[in-house]
Amino acid sequence: MSRLGKTMEIASSPHVASGASVDDIMRNVVYALLPVVVFAVFAFGLSALLVLTTAVLACVGTEYVLNRVAGAPDTLGDWSVVITGLLYGLTLPPGLALWMVAVGGIFGVGVGKFLFGGLGSNAFNPALVGRAFLQAAFPSAMTTWSPAFLADRFAHISSSTLAFPFARPEYDAISAATPLSAMKFRDTGTDPMELMLGLTSGSVGETCAVLILVGGIYLVARNMMNWRITVSILATVATMTLIANTLAPGEYPQPMFMLLSGGLMLGAVFMATDPVASPITDTGCWVYGLLIGGLIVVIRFWGGMAEGVMYAILLANAVSPHIDNLVQPRVYGSRA
Amino acid sequence: MTGIMDTALGAPSFRHGVHPREHKEDTRGLAIRQFPFAPMLIMPLRQHLGAPAVPVVRVGQEVARGETIARPDGFMSVAMHAPASGVVRRIELAPTISGDMVESVFIEPLPADTQEVDDGEPCRLDNATPEQIMTAIQNAGIVGLGGAAFPTHAKLRFPDDKHVDTLIINGVECEPYLTTDHRVMLEQSADVIAGIRYLVKATSAVRTIIAVEANKPDAVTALSAALPDDLPVDVTVLKVKYPQGAEKILIKALLKREVPQGGLPIDVGVICTNVATTAEIGRLLPRGRGIQERVITIAGPGVEKKGNYLIPIGTPVRFALEACGADPDITRVFMGGPMMGPAVSNLDIPVTKGTSGILAFTVHETAAIVERKVYACIHCARCVESCPVFLNPSHLGLLAKNEQYEQMADDHSLYDCFECGACNYVCPSHIPLVQYFRLAKKMVRKLRATH
Repeated sequence: MSRLGKTMEIASSPHVASGASVDDIMRNVVYALLPVVVFAVFAFGLSALLVLTTAVLACVGTEYVLNRVAGAPDTLGDWSVVITGLLYGLTLPPGLALWMVAVGGIFGVGVGKFLFGGLGSNAFNPALVGRAFLQAAFPSAMTTWSPAFLADRFAHISSSTLAFPFARPEYDAISAATPLSAMKFRDTGTDPMELMLGLTSGSVGETCAVLILVGGIYLVARNMMNWRITVSILATVATMTLIANTLAPGEYPQPMFMLLSGGLMLGAVFMATDPVASPITDTGCWVYGLLIGGLIVVIRFWGGMAEGVMYAILLANAVSPHIDNLVQPRVYGSRA
Repeated sequence: MTGIMDTALGAPSFRHGVHPREHKEDTRGLAIRQFPFAPMLIMPLRQHLGAPAVPVVRVGQEVARGETIARPDGFMSVAMHAPASGVVRRIELAPTISGDMVESVFIEPLPADTQEVDDGEPCRLDNATPEQIMTAIQNAGIVGLGGAAFPTHAKLRFPDDKHVDTLIINGVECEPYLTTDHRVMLEQSADVIAGIRYLVKATSAVRTIIAVEANKPDAVTALSAALPDDLPVDVTVLKVKYPQGAEKILIKALLKREVPQGGLPIDVGVICTNVATTAEIGRLLPRGRGIQERVITIAGPGVEKKGNYLIPIGTPVRFALEACGADPDITRVFMGGPMMGPAVSNLDIPVTKGTSGILAFTVHETAAIVERKVYACIHCARCVESCPVFLNPSHLGLLAKNEQYEQMADDHSLYDCFECGACNYVCPSHIPLVQYFRLAKKMVRKLRATH
C-alpha cells in the first residue's frame, strides 16, 4: 500500500503568491502618515491630538457599527478605515469642534464608503466626502484657523474644540490666516521655506510638506502608491502657475508657493492616490493627475474659495472610471 | 533573488510580467539521471493536442521498447511508442491530468529484459525532403515538450503564401523550480544543434535564435560552443522575467513583433519550438526512433531526492514521487511549474509527453495560500502592470464575479488570456483571477453552444 495519500488538494494555478496583501498595504499607508500625525500634534498641540483621535474613533466606530447592523463581516482588519480616519482628521482645522469632527467622520464612512459597498467600491475618497460634508454644513468653522505653535498648546484645549453640539463654537485665539487665504484675500505671500517645514497655520496635517513627501517616498519605494498621480498633479500645477506668473507676475504667485501651500501636498500624495477612487491604467493616472492639477489652479486662481484641492479630487474621483474606459492599454496582437 | 547577471542590463525582454522566486538552485546543478521503470506504465492515447492515436497493439501482446504502439489518426495526431519492453495488459479508460478519462495502453515492463532500443528507419538530414522530415517527426511522436504538447510537425507545415524568416528555439524556462530545459541545453547541446538543422531544412528558415534567460549562463556557454559555422544560429540572452517562455511573449521580446489576435507565430514569419523538443528531433530522427522517455524535474519542498530525470513516458506520478522519497505529508502536487501547472487530484495519473515537472508542496507552502483572506479589489493596478498581453484583469475579475461572462469575451479580450497567472500572483486582495477566467471561458463556450 502506498505511503502517499490517495487524493491531493485541488486548486487552480498559480500555486505561489507574492507577499503583500491589502492589509499590508493599508498598514504601511498608516505608517507613512505617522510622521505627519506626530508633527500635527507638535504644531497644534492638544487640540490637534483630540481632533485626530476623534476622527479616527468616529470613522472606525462607524464602520464597526454599520457592519454589525448589516450583518456583514468585520472589516476593521483591512486597516482602510484607519487611513480614512487619519486622513480625514488631518484635513480639518485644528480648533474644530469635536462634535463636528465626529459628525463628518460618521458621514464620510457611512455615506462615502459603506453605502457604496465598502472597501473597493467607494467612488469617492471617504475622508474627503466627510470633509466636504463639513465644508457645506459649517462653512465658517471650516475656515477658521488657529495659529500654529501657540505657547500653551500642550496645556490648554481651545474652547472651540470642546464646544457643545449645535452650539456656535467660541474661539480663544485670534484666528490666523492660512498662507492661501493671505495670498488670495490680502495679497500677502509666505516664505516657501516656512511652508516646506510647516511653520504656518492651516489644517491639522497639511502644513509640513517635507514630512508628507517623506511618507510618499516611503510608499513609492515599497510599490504601494502610484507615483504617476502625484507627479502629474504637481507638474500640472507648477506648469500652469509658471505660465500665469510669467504673464502676470503681480497677480499670480510663484509655482513653489502653489505647490507647498494649502492641502495640495497632502492631497497629491495621500488623497488623490487612493487606488479605489483613481484610475487603474498608467495613462489614466497621468490624465487624472492633470485634471486634478488643472482644477486646483482654476479654483485657487479664479474661484471664490482660497483652496480647491478637495473639490478637485472629488470631481476627478467621479470621472476616474470614464478616464479608464478611454485609455485602456492596447491588447497584445490587436489592432491599434 | 535578482542578481546582476539576471538583470542583464540592456538584454531584450518584454513589458509587464513578474519576478517570482526561482527556486531553481535545488536542481539546476543536478545532471540528468535515468529513472527506474514503474511496475505498470500507462500510455494515454491522447497526450497531445489533436486527435487520439490509434492503437496497433492488442491486449496480451509483447512489445519491445521503442516499438510503435499507436499510429497517428490524421494530420493533427502523432504516433506513440512503447516506453518499455513488456506486455500490453489492458487497453482501457484511465484518468489524466485534464480530469478526462482517456483510452490508454497499460504496459507491464518485463523485469528481465535488457530494455535495449533498436534503431528504426532513419531520416537522414542530407537527403530528406521537408515533407519527409515532417512525417518522420510525426512518426517519432514528437510534440511540444514545454507543456503545450502541440504536435511539432503541424507547426512546420504552413500555407505557401507564408514564409519563415526566424526559427526561435525556446530555452527560456521561466517557470520557477523547473530546470529540465536548462540541463538539456547543458548536456545535449549537440542534439539541439542537430535538431535545428532538421527544423531549418523543413521550414527554410533564414536564421535561428536560441533564446535563453540570463539565469542560465552555463547553458549559454555550452550552446555557444556548439554553434555551427555553416548555419546562421545565435544564442540570445534575455532578462529574467516571467512569463517570457510563452511563445507570443518571447516573439515580442526577441523581435518586437506581435502575433495577431487569433493568429499563429507563422503570421509574423516565426516558428518557435521548445529546446527539449528540438533536442529530441536531433537525437531521434537519425536513428528512426520515437519518444519513449523525456527529461523532467521532480522537485518541491515535499520531495527528498530532487533532480532532473530521464523518465519513461507513462510512469505514474505516485511511483515517481515514491521513488524520489516524497514526504507522506505532501498536500499538493502539480505537473509543470507552480505558475501554470495543473494540480494533480489523483496520483495514479501518468507522466505524459507534455509533463515538464512534478512538484510537491506540503502544508507549509500551501497553508499560506489556502488560508489567506480574500479582499475586495482595491484597483491597486498590480495585475494591470503584470499582464503580459495588456488585459485589465481587475475589470475582468469584476465581470466574472458578476457572471457577465459574454461581456468578458466580447469587450475585454478574455480569450487573449493564456492563464500565465501573473495577475493572480501579484493580487494583494488574493482574488482567484485565473480560476475566474478559466470558469468564464468554459461558461462562454457553454452559453454559445446552447444558443
